[in-house]
Amino acid sequence: MTSAERKEAISAFIFLSPFLIWMVFLMGGPILAAFFLSFCKWDIFNPIQFVGFENYKEMFFNDPRFWKALYNTAYFTFLSVPIGMALSIVVALLMNQKVKGIAIFRTIYYLPSILGSGVAMAVLWKWIFNADSGLLNYVLNVFTGIPISECPKWLASEAWSKPALVIMSFWNVGGGMIIYLAGLQGIPSTLYEAAEIDGANRWQQLWTVTLPGLSPVIFFQLIVSIVGSFQIFNQVYVMTDGLGGPADSTLVMVLYIYQKFKYFQMGYSSALAFVLFVVIMLATWLQFKFSKWVYYEGELRK
Amino acid sequence: MSEATIPSPTAEPNGFWASKRRTENITRWTVFVILILGSITMLMPVTWMLITSFKTRADVFAVPPPNSTFFQTLKFWIPIPPHPENYPQAWTVSGMYSGDSWSIFGIPIQGITFTTYTLNTLFIAVFGCLGTTISSSVVAFAFARLRFPARGPLFLLCLATMMVPTQVTMIPTFILFKNMPWWLGGPWYNNFFPLVVPAFLGGGAYNIFLMRQFFMSIPYEMDEAAKIDGCTNFGVYWRILLPLCKPALTTVAVFSFLWNWNDFLNPLIYLDSNSKKTLALGLTNFVSLYGQDYQLLMAASLIISLPIIVIFLAGQRYFIQGIATTGLK
Repeated sequence: MTSAERKEAISAFIFLSPFLIWMVFLMGGPILAAFFLSFCKWDIFNPIQFVGFENYKEMFFNDPRFWKALYNTAYFTFLSVPIGMALSIVVALLMNQKVKGIAIFRTIYYLPSILGSGVAMAVLWKWIFNADSGLLNYVLNVFTGIPISECPKWLASEAWSKPALVIMSFWNVGGGMIIYLAGLQGIPSTLYEAAEIDGANRWQQLWTVTLPGLSPVIFFQLIVSIVGSFQIFNQVYVMTDGLGGPADSTLVMVLYIYQKFKYFQMGYSSALAFVLFVVIMLATWLQFKFSKWVYYEGELRK
Repeated sequence: MSEATIPSPTAEPNGFWASKRRTENITRWTVFVILILGSITMLMPVTWMLITSFKTRADVFAVPPPNSTFFQTLKFWIPIPPHPENYPQAWTVSGMYSGDSWSIFGIPIQGITFTTYTLNTLFIAVFGCLGTTISSSVVAFAFARLRFPARGPLFLLCLATMMVPTQVTMIPTFILFKNMPWWLGGPWYNNFFPLVVPAFLGGGAYNIFLMRQFFMSIPYEMDEAAKIDGCTNFGVYWRILLPLCKPALTTVAVFSFLWNWNDFLNPLIYLDSNSKKTLALGLTNFVSLYGQDYQLLMAASLIISLPIIVIFLAGQRYFIQGIATTGLK
C-alpha cells in the first residue's frame, strides 16, 4: 500500500465511522447478544439463567400461540403481497399510458401509502371496519344489498379480522406503483419498436417486453414486501389494543414478540425474534433460488 | 377545422389509421375512467376521516334508513352544519388524562395536551431527520468514492442488515441503552436519546444505499478536477457532491422525517412518562379513553396526518425522482 492509498483508506474509515459504530454496537453486537439470550431465561431483575434449548422446545412443542402467530403472519403475507403487487403493477401500467393528469393521479395513489403505517391511519381503519356504522359495511350494503346486520363483523369476528388487515393493506399499493413507474420508464423504447415491427400487438408486447423488462424491479419489490409484511405491527397493535384479538386471530409475530418483551420474558422474546429472522432469511433465500424468471438485460450482451 | 384538411403523413384519412386512432382513443378513455374510479377508492378513507371529524357524536353513528332517497342519504353523509369545535376539543381534551406536569424554560405547565406531544414528536422527527440525512450521506460518500480494504464485503454487509427484523436487535439494544453510563447521558430511557442518537450513526442501510446510488451517477472527473485544485476528500463531499445531490438528500430527509413522525414501536418501548410521549403514543392513549368518540378521534388523527400530507405534497417532485434514480438493479 502506498502512502497515498493509506491516506485514502484512513479518511475512508473516518467517513465510515458512524456506520461502523452502528454496525458493531447496534447491529452485530445485539444480534449475537439476542442469539445468546434466546438460550436463557431472564426477566431483567434476576440474574440470567442459561437454559439451553428450553425456549425453542417450549415454542415448538408447547406453545399454540406461537404457531397461531406464525400462521397469522404467513396468512397475511401470502394474501396481501401477491394481490397488492398485482394491483400496483396494473396501476403503474395504466398510468404509463400517457393519460392526462398523471401527476395528480400519482399523488392521489401514493398519498395513502405515505400515511400508511401511521397510528392515525390505523385509528381510521378501525372506524371504517366498525361493524354497525363503519364505512365498509355501509358501502357493502349499498352495492350488494346485504343488510348491515348480516355483513361481516370484521375486526370483531375471528373469521374476518385477518381479511380486514389484508383489505387495509391494499391502500399501500402506491409505494410499489412509484417504483414500477420508474422501472417502466427504464425499458428502452427500441424494444417496443422492434416488437411492433415483428407484428406483436399490445397484449403480446406486455408479456414479451414489458413484464420481462420489469422483472428485476418486481423481484426487488417481492423481497422487500415479504420482509415488510412479516414485520407488520403498528396497525395490528392499534386496531386490537395490543391484544391481537379476537381469540388471537390477529396475533402476528412481532406483536407476540412485543407481548413477551412487555412481560419481561426477554429470553423467550429473543427466541421468537430469532425464529422470525430465520423465517425471513429462508423466504428470501427461496426467492433467490427460484429467481430464474428474472430477466436481466445486461446478460444478453455477454 | 382548417387543420383537418391538411394531409399529414401520420393522420392520413385512410381507414386503417382512422380506426387505429379511434381504438387508441377508446383505450385512453377507459384507462382514464378506471384511474378516476381508483382515485375515488384511494381517497375514500381520508375523506371519511374528514367528514367524521366535523360531525356531532350523535350523527357519527347514524346510518341512513333503507330506501332513502339520494338527498336523504347525502344529508346523512355530509355534516350540516359542520362542527369544527371538534378540533380544539381534540387538541385540549387529552390533557385531562394526565396528572403529571412538565416545564418549559422553568415555567411549570399543568396537564399534557397535544401541544406537548407535538413538541416531542417534532423534536424527535427534526433531529432524527437531520441525523439520518447527514450521516447516511457521509457514509455513502465513503462507499461510493473512496478506496479502502474490504469495501465490497462491507457494503454487502450493510445491505444484508436490511433483512434483519428490528425485533431481533430490540432487546439487547434496549438493555444497552438502559445501562448507558452517566457521562453519555445515560440511562437512555424515558428520554429522547434512544430515539435520536441512532439516526446519527449511518441512518440505516436503505438510506446509505439510496445516497450511494446517487453519488455513483455523478461523473468521477468532478472529484478529480476538485482534487487537482487542492480539495480534500471532505471538500469533495461537501462542496462538489452534496450540492449536486439535492434530490437524493430531499428524498432521504422527507422519508426519515415521515418515518420518525410515524414511528410507533420505538417510542412505545423507550418513552414511559406521559410528558415525554409522541403524537402516535398520545393518539393510542386517546383511543383507549375516547374510543367511542369517533368525531374526536378522527379530528385528532387528521391533525397528526396534516404535517405528513403537507411535507409529502411539498417534497414529492424531488423524492419521486430520488426513488427513480436508485435504479433498483
